[in-house]
Amino acid sequence: MLLENDVEGIAKLADIQIQKEELTEITVQFNQILEYIDILDSVSEGEVSNSELINVLREDVVIPSLTQEEACANANETEDGHIRAPRVM
Amino acid sequence: MTDKTVIIGLEIHCQLNTKTKLFCGCSTDFQRDEPNTHVCPICLGLPGALPCLNKQAVMHALKVAKALNLTVPEVSEFSRKNYFYPDLPAGYQITQDDKPIAEKGIMEVDDDEGHPKKIRITRIHLEEDPGRLIHKTSRDRAGYSLVDYNRSCIPLIEIVTEPDLRSPKEARRFLNKLRSTLEYLEVFDGEREGSIRVDANISIKGHNRVECKNISSYKGVEKALNFEITRQRNLIRKGQFIEQETRHFLEGRGITTSSRSKENKNDYRYFPAPDLPALRVSEWLKDIVLPELPDARRERFMTQYGISENHARTLTGDLKVANFYESVAGADPAIAAIWVADILLGEINYRSMRIDDVPTMNIADLIVLIRDGAITDKSGVEVLRTMLDACMGQDHEACEMPADIVTRLGLTKAEGDDFTDVIREIIAANPNAVADYRAGKKGAVNFLVGQVMKTTRGRADPKELNIAMDAALKETED
Amino acid sequence: MAKEYFFDKADQTNAFITRLDVAMYEESGGPLQGKGIGISDNISTSGIPTTCASRILAGYVPPFDAHVITLLRKAGAAIVGKTNMDEFGAGNTTEHSAYGPTTNPNEASRVAGGSSGGSAAAVATGMVDMALGSDTGGSIRSPAAFCGVVGFKPTNGRVSRYGLIAYSSSMEQIGPLGKTVTDVNTLMSVIAGPDPRDATMYDRPYAHTPSKDIAGMKIAVPDEFFGEGVDPAVAESVRTAIRKLEDAGAETMTCSIPSMSHALAAHYVTGMCEASTNLSRFDGVRFGPPVETKRPWHEEFSDYRGMFFGKEVQRRILLGTFALTEGYYEKYYAKAQVARENMRKDFLRIFRDADIIAGPTMPQIAPKLGEKSDPISMYLADILTAPASLAGVPAISVPCGTVDKMPVGLQLIGRHFEDERVMDAAFAYESEVL
Repeated sequence: MLLENDVEGIAKLADIQIQKEELTEITVQFNQILEYIDILDSVSEGEVSNSELINVLREDVVIPSLTQEEACANANETEDGHIRAPRVM
Repeated sequence: MTDKTVIIGLEIHCQLNTKTKLFCGCSTDFQRDEPNTHVCPICLGLPGALPCLNKQAVMHALKVAKALNLTVPEVSEFSRKNYFYPDLPAGYQITQDDKPIAEKGIMEVDDDEGHPKKIRITRIHLEEDPGRLIHKTSRDRAGYSLVDYNRSCIPLIEIVTEPDLRSPKEARRFLNKLRSTLEYLEVFDGEREGSIRVDANISIKGHNRVECKNISSYKGVEKALNFEITRQRNLIRKGQFIEQETRHFLEGRGITTSSRSKENKNDYRYFPAPDLPALRVSEWLKDIVLPELPDARRERFMTQYGISENHARTLTGDLKVANFYESVAGADPAIAAIWVADILLGEINYRSMRIDDVPTMNIADLIVLIRDGAITDKSGVEVLRTMLDACMGQDHEACEMPADIVTRLGLTKAEGDDFTDVIREIIAANPNAVADYRAGKKGAVNFLVGQVMKTTRGRADPKELNIAMDAALKETED
Repeated sequence: MAKEYFFDKADQTNAFITRLDVAMYEESGGPLQGKGIGISDNISTSGIPTTCASRILAGYVPPFDAHVITLLRKAGAAIVGKTNMDEFGAGNTTEHSAYGPTTNPNEASRVAGGSSGGSAAAVATGMVDMALGSDTGGSIRSPAAFCGVVGFKPTNGRVSRYGLIAYSSSMEQIGPLGKTVTDVNTLMSVIAGPDPRDATMYDRPYAHTPSKDIAGMKIAVPDEFFGEGVDPAVAESVRTAIRKLEDAGAETMTCSIPSMSHALAAHYVTGMCEASTNLSRFDGVRFGPPVETKRPWHEEFSDYRGMFFGKEVQRRILLGTFALTEGYYEKYYAKAQVARENMRKDFLRIFRDADIIAGPTMPQIAPKLGEKSDPISMYLADILTAPASLAGVPAISVPCGTVDKMPVGLQLIGRHFEDERVMDAAFAYESEVL
């Protein structure tokens, strides 16, 4: 059983702010879904076969990059060719 | 001094020397270019882009694995390490978790008493670098960040050691040797900015372990470790508890500070990267041919060139220096060893030049002049300095040859006859010193010889000069 | 030479998020020359907004084409716009779109299915000749069945995912939708071109002309596809269709897929875990609505993602995040992979004797809008489509009659890389009834 407190912790890990008034409903839904998913407990341990695809590698050859303009085109704020982001300090 | 109670383990991140990034074809050669000009949908983390692994990065990692005696497991895989940060475009870093490319190796390093010692390597794994952040403060004093993604997706290997190191000096020696090994393997360019970063785990026996993150120089590692040992010892002495924590090294101040990381302890939710098929490359190891490595080259230098172990060690510590030495050793390996190891390295270091900036032809020429006795050692140093000062930032071809400098500055060694007149003049000009000499003060000769040296600007051989001065004094005595 | 493609721009079903004012195509002589194609809005189109029906991608214009788009343009197709879907593919009704639901072309009070509901509706209403969708657990087959068109999910690894905005990387595949099997086959032959940028892609080009000769083809009919939760009228309609296949020369047998009891849980756990990390890149820095850069990053990212992701997507990210945390990974994700392996083994066993597995695509006809409001009942609708996605095998949905005037879909599932045989079976059925 997940408590509201647990759900808040998960939301922090996922960087998703949940509104206080939604927390109770989300917690209830979570527990319903987890209860359903718990059917996986009855799957016995077993090996998972490996994909036949292995060693898919690319040669070390340069491919043209985007221009600075293209790279920044979808960013909202730029400064001297850099993209602005929220602060970390 | 080795202290059995100090326990150090290192995690070393090295930038691999590839033309393109780890998961995309963008060029890694961005140092001189504008921000965000070496980026594509993959390294920008645009929606819908998929990673594709660079073969050269895998080959480089395998080369390191072989050189450090690691085992390559049958299967290795990539994982996503999930965390948010403004420099991390995808919200996860592609790295390797429980299936690294190589495990369990050994590198030997001298302990503080000079005895060889085996340091166990836990693992090597491949991973991508995030972008680069610049912190800005705006006029309203609210900070923000600027991101340049040129660095994003640069290939790194992380080399993790067991806690086998016992002193900061030993750790530094380990790093130096590791760096030179990587350079010999041609998988790493130590001259690139940010090409090596170290996290150090350090504890005093019986106490909690502290992780020092983000040390970006070899000197820094020693400094950070020394600081931590002192800090931890002081706490223990005062009977205080050492907290298990992550600390950040502030390079400028030479101290570590607590990151207070407990508050946001991260759960990285490692997850097998669904877009990258597994590697099965253990069989490739046997086809990898290793070049001569630093230890072997040092031994060879000693036997082949008959030079001292100290010289051999200095000359082989850096791949480019070793190559340089071998290309100028021809005329006289012993003189070449002295001139490269004891003189040239100091002179270029003083000028912040790199060994690549020095033309081998010119140094070979200088060594011949010294060997043939055409100039004195003192003149040799003058020629070298003159040449290096003029060489800085020049093409090799544009550098003046030592023989020409000798002619231009008139530095040809003065032979006996060339300085008899000078000796006479000096004797005549310094009657007091001559009188002292006559009175039995033998030290007065040194003063007179010094005066001749000064007048001839070092062109005279001091030994020859001493004999000639003695003779001249005796002559005037009669 | 570029030519203009003319199409009816009236959109009664809200099938499109973006419609081009002018759709152009190249007279390349390619197999799709002059055909109008609708593109699911999670497939990147250079210069055309691509939103995944999410507010978090509002205004995003990709600087590159998905591989399938490059191939379509080369083949002479006219891209007419971007079709509606459940946000990031998280849903099976196209009600979870930031741009409102796509309604069913047959009855406006019912859903179109999903997540690629816009693509199916656009084909059904004749707005486009064909469309591309993406299928993670039924997202092409479900709307195809509900809207009465043909929808095909290729073998995983047969079509490049480069440019498909990832939801569940290990399960999703781009696939074609069309009015007929022939159309779907033509579109498939264009999009299955190799692409070194998708490391999980196999080099298996698709060049096939469907054949209705299925004499001797062995078709297995799983009991579980006609069990609890499946509307008897839908079941009957599908059984009638299977008899038509017998008429065409196929032999049928019954079979059982015991691993189906874990299919939905395995499918949802896998999808949510993958989505939780795939959707981490949406932080407003490089694209999307403006992020406030003068706030601390963690607070701002959290508020931003809390504001611009829809509720169902948030729910799945949170559950996936939880399922990957230390101590739960083994219980959920690892177990889901074992369940998935069991599904693969069940299919391998059945395909030792049979060439095709047949059953309904959806357990019921299209529900009313708003009918599947609680998460569990929504997830249950994927019970018959999730198995092929888990096993990565090809599957098609072909219209097979109606129940209450609403279309029903016949689902045909084949062996790995036997996409051609699935197409033949569908073509044979279509030829019987047309």
